[in-house]
Amino acid sequence: MMQAQVAQGQSPLLAVRDVSVVFGGIVALNGVSFDMHKGAILGLIGPNGAGKTTLFNCLSRLYQPSTGDILMEGQSILTRPPHKIAEIGIGRTFQNVALFPNLTVLDNVRVGTHARTNSDIVSDSLRLGWVRRGEAELNKKVHEIIDYLDLGDVAHTVVSGLPFGTQKRVELARALAAEPKILLLDEPAGGLNHEEVHVLGDLIRRIRDDRHMTILLVEHHMGLVMSIADHVVALNFGRKLAEGTPAQVQSDPDVIKAYLGSKDQ
Amino acid sequence: MSSVEETANEAPAVEAVPKKAMTLGMGASLVMLALLIIGPMFVKNFIVFQLTMLLIYALAVLALNILTGGSGQFSLGQSAFYAVGAYTSAILMEHFGVNYAVTLPIAGLICFGFGYLFGQPALRLSGIYLALATFALAVAMPQLLKLGVFEHWTGGVQGLVVTKPDAPFGLPISQDRWLYYFTLTVAIGIYIASVNLLKSRSGRAFMAIRDNEIAASAMGVDVALYKTLAFGVSAGITGVAGGLGAIAVQFVAPDAYTITLAISLFLGMVVGGVGWLPGSIVGSAFIIFVPNIAEGISKGLSGAVFGVLLFLVIFLVPHGARQVAMVAQHMLGKLGKG
Repeated sequence: MMQAQVAQGQSPLLAVRDVSVVFGGIVALNGVSFDMHKGAILGLIGPNGAGKTTLFNCLSRLYQPSTGDILMEGQSILTRPPHKIAEIGIGRTFQNVALFPNLTVLDNVRVGTHARTNSDIVSDSLRLGWVRRGEAELNKKVHEIIDYLDLGDVAHTVVSGLPFGTQKRVELARALAAEPKILLLDEPAGGLNHEEVHVLGDLIRRIRDDRHMTILLVEHHMGLVMSIADHVVALNFGRKLAEGTPAQVQSDPDVIKAYLGSKDQ
Repeated sequence: MSSVEETANEAPAVEAVPKKAMTLGMGASLVMLALLIIGPMFVKNFIVFQLTMLLIYALAVLALNILTGGSGQFSLGQSAFYAVGAYTSAILMEHFGVNYAVTLPIAGLICFGFGYLFGQPALRLSGIYLALATFALAVAMPQLLKLGVFEHWTGGVQGLVVTKPDAPFGLPISQDRWLYYFTLTVAIGIYIASVNLLKSRSGRAFMAIRDNEIAASAMGVDVALYKTLAFGVSAGITGVAGGLGAIAVQFVAPDAYTITLAISLFLGMVVGGVGWLPGSIVGSAFIIFVPNIAEGISKGLSGAVFGVLLFLVIFLVPHGARQVAMVAQHMLGKLGKG
């Protein structure tokens, strides 16, 4: 709360400006705008098909908006190819978990550091001194993250055999390894039980505070969003329905109507 | 609509191997190395020649393993890269008098470039479509080598005869034995470099692409770059193998490098275990020796016998030599405990 309010005066870390996405006649997003301030947890809510994941995929450059712009620290990200997004500090997790199933937990997290490290195939093949030193440094960092997320016991296990909840944590670890400024979490509570959701909420807040990250949380689980978000944006049918503090959005008549349906219907 | 969902649901093209299981342990490696060094001292020259070919094809299978097992891309065009390597070495030795050892890195570099360039259009293809595109390359190569324009260099349909090198420094060993140890040195060097590569940041990028392209890209992996690099590396190693092959066989001709060779290499990879680098030598042994064994069983039906043997391998050990090695390791572990 505090950090978010302090940041209000500064220019936003990430600005979504009038973004529209059209898929062959279907308007998935229609002129959506909002700002993300440094150190805030922004919750993005909306019923199924509201355009949350579409917006998410615009931020990670999987979709190209038809109109509008997305600015990271004042610079448009829309000219960058998808693999150049991690290096400017945007990291993400995926809705259905998109890990590298045949690699171990360690290697999955190591791939996460790709955007923060350098190498070439010749030096790698010869295992030159600077490659070995780089790997040692990388391993230290990767182990720190693995311990931070309590994955030490399964570090050498291939991820495809791990329980879903653990896989989600591996994905989070992989995203953290890239040291993002903004962490995009696509339905992190999906498939988790009540207890796990509670733990997850604490974890997200801890990551924000310990690692100085700004978090965009796309979530169906209303309880989670309302308890940890500083700021909430509600979407419906591709449009922004409401924006404000969790309390404001929760009591917004349009939002209530979108979720529960109106009396007139 | 969503490319994310498509990739998530797509069945994996290659049954991939976890990276940890890609190499041999220290003990097994040393035993293997000792066998490869000592073995050829006690056999006839013809067998030494066959063992040299075993190493050469093992390199070519290893190259395919990096491409398919590592980065998840298929290729039925390895014979084309092998041919380019063989001709590069042959032409450099016979027309320019270049030392045979110097021709190998040149063959490797030329094939790397060739593979890298071929990887560019191949980026738009995956799975069986990529296999078909590389198949076209393999089919075209022998005809390209026969073209009249290049005849002065390639010798056209006749091919080129390559002089077999003598052992240097007056070493008292036969040409065949010398070539074997030379090939072994090259093969070990390339094997170590390949293991290093697959365990490095670049190798992780290959495997990340193999497992999930969208996620790899979100982590900052330049998918197009690493896919073409994998093609380049694979072609480069195949080129070195081709160069060694030309020196060992003492002859290059267009019809030695047909699609049959590419399919053999593919077979070798599957029999050795896709993605398991030490399996390359087992796969190579299969494609060199099993046809001979089949012929020994029945001259008239050697092809059919080979087919039956192949069928048995696929049926009994679908994961190839890797599976056999794992079972053996498991049993040894049990013995050790009991």
